[in-house]
Amino acid sequence: MTLRVKGRAWVLGDGVSTDHIISGKFKYQKARLEDMLPYLLYDVISDFYKRVRPGDVIVAGKGFGYGSSREHAARLLKMAGVGAVVAVSVHRIFYRNAVNVGLPVVVSTKIPPITREGDTILVDLVEGIVVNESKNIREEIQSLHPLIVDIIKAGGIEEYILKHGGPPWQFRSSFSK
Amino acid sequence: MSSRELTLTEALLSRKLGRAPAPGDHVVVDVDLVYMHDGTFPLALKVLRRLDMEKVFDPRRIILFIDHAAPAPNLAAAIAHRIMREFSRKHGVKLYDVGAGISHQVVIDEGLIEPGNVIAGADSHTVTLGALTTLATGFGSTDAALAMATGKTWLRVPEQVKVSIEGEPSWWVMGKDIALALLGELGSDGAVYSSLEFQGSAIPYISMDSRITISNMSVEAGAKYGLFPLDGLAKAWYKSRGISTEPLEPGSKATYSDEIVMEASRLEPMIAAPPSPDNVTSVAEYEGVEVDQVFIGSCTNGRLEDFHAAARVLKRHSVKQGVRCIAVPASRRIYMRLLREGIIEALAGAGCVVAHSTCGPCIGAHLGLLAEGEVAISTNNRNMPGRMGHRSARIYLANPATAAAAAVKGRIVDPRELLPLGSRLMDPVEVQMA
Ligand code: SF4
Repeated sequence: MTLRVKGRAWVLGDGVSTDHIISGKFKYQKARLEDMLPYLLYDVISDFYKRVRPGDVIVAGKGFGYGSSREHAARLLKMAGVGAVVAVSVHRIFYRNAVNVGLPVVVSTKIPPITREGDTILVDLVEGIVVNESKNIREEIQSLHPLIVDIIKAGGIEEYILKHGGPPWQFRSSFSK
Repeated sequence: MSSRELTLTEALLSRKLGRAPAPGDHVVVDVDLVYMHDGTFPLALKVLRRLDMEKVFDPRRIILFIDHAAPAPNLAAAIAHRIMREFSRKHGVKLYDVGAGISHQVVIDEGLIEPGNVIAGADSHTVTLGALTTLATGFGSTDAALAMATGKTWLRVPEQVKVSIEGEPSWWVMGKDIALALLGELGSDGAVYSSLEFQGSAIPYISMDSRITISNMSVEAGAKYGLFPLDGLAKAWYKSRGISTEPLEPGSKATYSDEIVMEASRLEPMIAAPPSPDNVTSVAEYEGVEVDQVFIGSCTNGRLEDFHAAARVLKRHSVKQGVRCIAVPASRRIYMRLLREGIIEALAGAGCVVAHSTCGPCIGAHLGLLAEGEVAISTNNRNMPGRMGHRSARIYLANPATAAAAAVKGRIVDPRELLPLGSRLMDPVEVQMA
């Protein structure tokens, strides 16, 4: 479903933490996820939630998703319409959360440094590539584990379970490649 | 499979799996403990309800904590707390309610772990428990929810990095200084997806409370685990909780993807300046910076040793007029012990606000937010903009003695100026076991 994404780049730097994505303070003030949307990337890009278009790609530097385990970060990005995240390195809890909500996150060293705001970015998990079409530069990405591909393809782990009747580990005894 | 020697991470995982995995493998494991708190549980329950999976695989292996905003400072928190109490009653799951303490610390205090346990905490600082040689790491709400319902989760076997901490630490060095120095070295993504294994000649000198601080902050470099060995101190700790342990040693010829060597004997008191925890230098660099608020507490530095260190300064000096000093023991058990030792009285007498156990100020949830432009020195683990209040507030991270010294002077100073000379800030083993 979301294995191939094309959209405009929003360029962010190094160390974008889950606090930058959605500050923890709002979690204790707003009970509903939708009510937090206006605070998405609040201190980083003003009115991001209004300006982002479906399929847009966040292109970031090192250490994306650092910090709190708050899943709200990945969920809100997805809810706002972000199609994928491309970053030089990604923190693991954010990565798992993104997989679970069906938001593709890929690690790329070549694309982020050359990408400018608004460039057209293609993320293709089937081909295993990320391409900056505006600059005509492509990079092969590490192929994702089939388990992760399955979850993203379903649109997230909840959708996977609704479709198959249980989490993937119920159906596969081993995940070694 | 070759008979290669295993790292501590691999040894623990192979016990669990019945075979030795390799970094990069994806494996399904049984979880030994799942816990969540008022910041992460409500979303977990929402997910399970949507999936018609509201169940617990084993009520004895699930724990809920009301620790992040406790007691409720607003209606949203009050609703979250009520949902948790209802769930706890309905499913027979243990709930630690307001005031019991911060999840990671309560799990340690109560001895709810065993070496090698796979622990899925819905909180990034679950790595804290690596100090006691457990495979403990943080998960988001959905992962934790599914672990709670099914008793299983998937893991990617991490690369392993050997962190050799060498030499005898000087008397003023606490776990926080080691953690900060290491973080300065690694950077905030230097250990992403790796398991840090702490070894070296300094380990026997590092107290359990300090080890917990170091493991706690390993996630600040992106680590999946921050593992201390099951050495004499760790075994004694388990024994004092009535938990028996089997010998467990990494192979001396085990191979690591990377190795870092750190000289603990050469450390100065350390500080992390805004805007990130890896922006580390010695305290000297920031001497003279005026502070509005001092926070001593959190799962990083809210333990006995930490308040003993702070009290060394605050027993003989008072908090400066115009500075707020907030002290929050990480658990009720620690709070009670500090009461008996007269430390709470000493801190309150010096002008600190001593509050019940909660995460509170650490995450800007309640009990002391920072206003625009204010400056704080804090013993917690993160100082990103907005962490403790207004986004323009600046937060410096340091050990509790350094924080206490700043409370006295109203500005950042080298804590050695105010400490009685020469006696170690890390608690001796007997104090920790008592
Ligand atoms: S004290 Fe701070 S870092 Fe620790 S669990 Fe609470 S909010 Fe998280």
